Amino acid sequence: MKRMAIVGNHALSYGALLSRVQVIAAYPITPQTQVVELLSEMCADGTLKAEFVKVESEHSAMAAVMGASASGARAFTATSSQGLALMHEVLHWVTGARLPVVMGNINRAFGPPWSIWTEQTDSLSQRDTGWMQIYAQDNQEVLDSVILAYKVSEQLLLPTMVVLDAFFLSHTSEPVEIPDQEKVDEFLPPYENKYILNPDAPHAFGGLTNPEWYMELRYKIHKAHEEALDLIEKEGREFEKMFGRYYGLVDPYKVDDAETVLVAVSTAASTARHAVDLLREKGKKVGLLRIRVFRPFPYAKIKEILSNARKVIVLDRNLSPGAGGIIASEVRGALANLRNHPPVLSYIMGLGGRDITTKHIMELFEEAEKMEEGKDIIWKGVKL
Amino acid sequence: MGKDEKKIVFKTVHDLPPMAMSLGTMWVNKTASWRNLKPIIDYEKCIDCMICWKYCPEPAIFLRDPDERVAVDYDYCKGCLICVEECPVDAIYTEEEGK
Ligand code: SF4
Ligand code: SF4
Repeated sequence: MKRMAIVGNHALSYGALLSRVQVIAAYPITPQTQVVELLSEMCADGTLKAEFVKVESEHSAMAAVMGASASGARAFTATSSQGLALMHEVLHWVTGARLPVVMGNINRAFGPPWSIWTEQTDSLSQRDTGWMQIYAQDNQEVLDSVILAYKVSEQLLLPTMVVLDAFFLSHTSEPVEIPDQEKVDEFLPPYENKYILNPDAPHAFGGLTNPEWYMELRYKIHKAHEEALDLIEKEGREFEKMFGRYYGLVDPYKVDDAETVLVAVSTAASTARHAVDLLREKGKKVGLLRIRVFRPFPYAKIKEILSNARKVIVLDRNLSPGAGGIIASEVRGALANLRNHPPVLSYIMGLGGRDITTKHIMELFEEAEKMEEGKDIIWKGVKL
Repeated sequence: MGKDEKKIVFKTVHDLPPMAMSLGTMWVNKTASWRNLKPIIDYEKCIDCMICWKYCPEPAIFLRDPDERVAVDYDYCKGCLICVEECPVDAIYTEEEGK
């Protein structure tokens, strides 16, 4: 095991290296470029024995890793924003074909107007593609999540997207423990899939399926997601035994006696943790619930933790125009069937990479103190 | 097994593979109904090169019994006419459907 200062993008590359990926196909896009730059160097100098496929678009990149995975190879790609949008059609294909592809997505706001800064709308708009989605809050989690993603994906035949904030993680160096290859090999066995393209046992894949059986196949995808809820935590505990770090579905902080709980993802959640500490020093009963896994959506955990709160704040660095915060709408959905659920305050902030500081988050808690009822949408920081 | 005997043999969701893999649906769904022009092989001209067999995207060209010469499966041929285009000796001609 060694410790290195690396950017989040390179944490993705090291995660892929240690997972011994066999095929990489990617198209460069800011802020993802460094991920594949490093992987192409690793392939060129022989550090990583993988096929590096150059393609002319993200649609082709996803199609290439889909083909690779269908032929029995462990496949990896990474993209961002418009690139992810261009992959959309094939994202559905990969899930329907039940291929355990793992990809990195660096959150970047959609254009126009052109932006390269962080916002979660790109990955959240792939919500219904059937990909599992993991939102990392630091570079160590990025690297570890790639290894964990292959472990879970390959058992369930579901793809996973490891998601990180542009620049706040992608281009920021942090100390990261690089696990030993032997230990990763012990944790993550080679990819095996009996449903692959094999000339000795030819099959037709994904053929036209009548209304009589289509629904059953969709049911199976959903069931696999439900299984993932347990498996992610189980593998998280196995990972902890070997590497000393635990990753679950959610990451609650000081929620046990909290009257107000803030829900956030990614780096905004690490900032919120600091804000919670500062408010706790002042005697405020506040807590944080970081959602790490967005698909499958951890309904049970979220209900369990938030049902004890008097108020819930959701911080959304994303926007579904005409509806509001995407995570807030999921959280409200999770709470809806509880008899007495806390009011939800839905804040939109930090779009297009605008800073979300400790001070901002402390303001959210202070504002919430004065509000008795929930609010469907509150714009924080817009110059009105 | 002939194509008419092929059926989906599953009873419940638990018998299914995780994805639509060899469900037999390709046999059940005869997909030739939108063909406008029908390719017809002229066996006098055909030199048995099998280029049409190789190029047909469906694939709707098969080797018939008993002489193992190429033939078109009109249940699945969509009338794209790639075979007509690719045949090196112009042995495939077309007729309008419904005439
Ligand atoms: S017309 Fe097209 S589909 Fe029909 S046999 Fe020729 S190549 Fe195949
Ligand atoms: S391409 Fe033409 S010549 Fe060759 S097998 Fe087909 S019909 Fe016959």
